[in-house]
Amino acid sequence: MWVALRWVVRRDLMLALRGRGEVLTNLMFFIIVVSLFPLGVGPERETLTEIASGVVWVAALLSSMLALGRLFSSDYEDGSLEQFMLAAHPLPVLVLGKILAHWLVSGLPLVLMAPVLGLQLGLGGEALWVLITSLLLGTPVLSLLGAVGAGLTLGLRGGGVLLALLVLPLYIPVLVFGAGAVEAVRSGLEASAHLSLLGAFLVGSSLLAPWAASAALRISLD
Amino acid sequence: MRVFTKEFWFQFASPKTFYPFAGRLIPWFAGAALLLTVVGLYLGFFVAPVDYQQGNSYRIMFIHVPAAWMSMFIYVVMCVYAALGLVLNTRLSDMMAAALAPTGAMFTFLALWTGALWGRPTWGTYWVWDARLTSELILLFLYLGYMALRAAIDDPRRASRASGLLALVGVVNVPIIYFSVQWWNTLHQGASVSLTSAPTMAMTMFTAMLVMTFAFWAYAIAVALYRVRLIILERERHARWVVELAEQER
Repeated sequence: MWVALRWVVRRDLMLALRGRGEVLTNLMFFIIVVSLFPLGVGPERETLTEIASGVVWVAALLSSMLALGRLFSSDYEDGSLEQFMLAAHPLPVLVLGKILAHWLVSGLPLVLMAPVLGLQLGLGGEALWVLITSLLLGTPVLSLLGAVGAGLTLGLRGGGVLLALLVLPLYIPVLVFGAGAVEAVRSGLEASAHLSLLGAFLVGSSLLAPWAASAALRISLD
Repeated sequence: MRVFTKEFWFQFASPKTFYPFAGRLIPWFAGAALLLTVVGLYLGFFVAPVDYQQGNSYRIMFIHVPAAWMSMFIYVVMCVYAALGLVLNTRLSDMMAAALAPTGAMFTFLALWTGALWGRPTWGTYWVWDARLTSELILLFLYLGYMALRAAIDDPRRASRASGLLALVGVVNVPIIYFSVQWWNTLHQGASVSLTSAPTMAMTMFTAMLVMTFAFWAYAIAVALYRVRLIILERERHARWVVELAEQER
């Protein structure tokens, strides 16, 4: 099982790195969305610090949602997804590998970029650390939940908009607790409750989401 | 007794036998809905006493609370049908789930709308971003997503299975809405009614609210049965009994 998991992760990472463009586009999108806010809201330091955590989190939500379209589509088009289903290894394990690789390519760069953007918006000290931790715990949940939606909308006309409609409501709790953790620290409270809940989401969704996503894929390829 | 055999109950899983059966039930539930609404609104608007804090504005509760209950309850029922459809592969369960979704979305919208109208005089604002309001809004999005996914897939079999899975994924939201007033310290007041203790309101108010809940319940059943009949006709239009039925109607 571990062999299969490692194999899928390595395969998807290699495919993603050979076509570097996609990874960078996603990251650029994240940076641009965050940079739009100071231009739109105005450069006052206090206002920006006030909304910083929400802005970074919403931008992370949107860019990880946009990246979902690529999670299964290329494998679906060249037929390797059907081979995945016929494989001797359980499908949820293979799907988990794909999600993991997808997060390493689309989620982790966001987490690494977030401190820079946080500093730009005037977050500092402990708030910045909490922002990174919350993103580190939260973005994998986004990839996991999103995989279910990506599986359900696979190969549909206008799948992109539909995917947003299906997935964004499910993302809301992650957004609330992710941005809430940073807000808690800024107002002088402990962030540990919010971070623990994010951790619980991560554990719960990594247990259930690969299974639900495989069921979705089986339905879509039926 | 024929009623206690498995065959008696399982025959209704077939769209062919369910179609006329649903047709016979609709007038009863529609009539009950109308009668109970009249009684409930009379009790709520004329009999129930004026609230000592909120004056008369609290009376929107008789629509707001039952609508909010129904919005969650219908989602759970829809999920049960969706799960039955996924596990047992019965076509009718999935059609029932599809028939319930628009009614559930309507009740969710009604709960949000009446809540906004109630919030204006009591809280001084139409909308606050409090846990219960936000999670109820998510419920509305879940209903809309369910219907959108269903409408986007052409193949009926795939549409029913995919939307059923989506409904099951979204069911985690229902306990969050229900317990949100206990888990978070919010502006929305806590529940005044529970199964285990006496209600913290006047008996007439409680009766009126209960009657309205049953009215909405009967309405939801009547509308869902009506809609499921249409779905059956649409999905089974190539079956011989539907063709024969259409011939008779002509």
